[in-house]
Amino acid sequence: MSGEPRLVEVRKNVLKQNDVIARALRERFREAGVLAVSLVSSPGSGKTAFLEKTLTVLQPRYRVAALVGDLATENDAARLARSHAPVKQIITGTVCHLEAAMVQNALEGWELSNLDFLFIENVGNLVCPSSYDLGEDLRFVLLSVTEGEDKPLKYPTIFNSADVAVITKADLAGAVEFDEAAAMRNIRAVRPGMEIFKVSAKTGAGMSEYLEFLGHRRAASRSVAAAS
Amino acid sequence: MHELSIAMSIVEMAQEEAESRGHVRVQAVHLRLGLLTGVVKEALLSSYEMACHATPLAGSQLLIEEVPVEVYCPKCEAPRQVSSIQWFCCPECATPTPTVLHGRELEVVALEIKE
Repeated sequence: MSGEPRLVEVRKNVLKQNDVIARALRERFREAGVLAVSLVSSPGSGKTAFLEKTLTVLQPRYRVAALVGDLATENDAARLARSHAPVKQIITGTVCHLEAAMVQNALEGWELSNLDFLFIENVGNLVCPSSYDLGEDLRFVLLSVTEGEDKPLKYPTIFNSADVAVITKADLAGAVEFDEAAAMRNIRAVRPGMEIFKVSAKTGAGMSEYLEFLGHRRAASRSVAAAS
Repeated sequence: MHELSIAMSIVEMAQEEAESRGHVRVQAVHLRLGLLTGVVKEALLSSYEMACHATPLAGSQLLIEEVPVEVYCPKCEAPRQVSSIQWFCCPECATPTPTVLHGRELEVVALEIKE
């Protein structure tokens, strides 16, 4: 143990293990022709209600399933099961986000080629999930009208990591004097060009535009899969 | 607060490297941390100390180099550093751009070792 310390180059991605699993999952989704969509938001912004509505409305036409992450309880899985879609709860214990390995484990025994859409509801958290790729094709970030229009500016990292923003609880917009233009401006400040939908899972308002978008994205990913 | 699990991955990675080089002693780990990773430098530093506890890396230092967010400006046709991560646009011409070139790095770049 003598001599001067020396510097040796390593150059390794710290989240390599997660990224390797995420890449394998993305490839599996592509091969199976299933569009994987993850949902992130703060707790209480309506992810589960939005997802329940989505599953219910998509089901007559598509084969859908969902994974749902929470620190504890199976309450969300029980709620989502009312849609009659296959649902599995991922209980993370003390972990504040989903990781690719948790998704991989939860999918064990699932025949993905029997599905058109797989939804992955992350733990309610606007910080930690941004670091972890889950292999999803699209990441949705939800912002409820009751949260305040400046949320994207407070959590730019997660909004920037998402592909689509969904403004939820639109039926309450008037009551809380939600400034829609400001919210849209803030979302696009942290992620220029981001697709934004405004929905109410309760009344169903705005759901058809968003579902149409999902249908198009799935058709597009299918044709890419078929061509390769 | 996912910094602890990230710190544990860093320690594990450094330990493997040290073992592969003949069980050398690691004095410091050099890390590049992008400002868009969602990982907080201060939280990572204190988590690192905890993660090192009772491992061969105990007492080693984590040296963090923060990587600013760089985007590609389609109008200037050049890479540019954003002035704020709340505003993804070119600081020269104000053109909004979603194309991120740097800022998502989370990598162990080097180890300071003693044989």
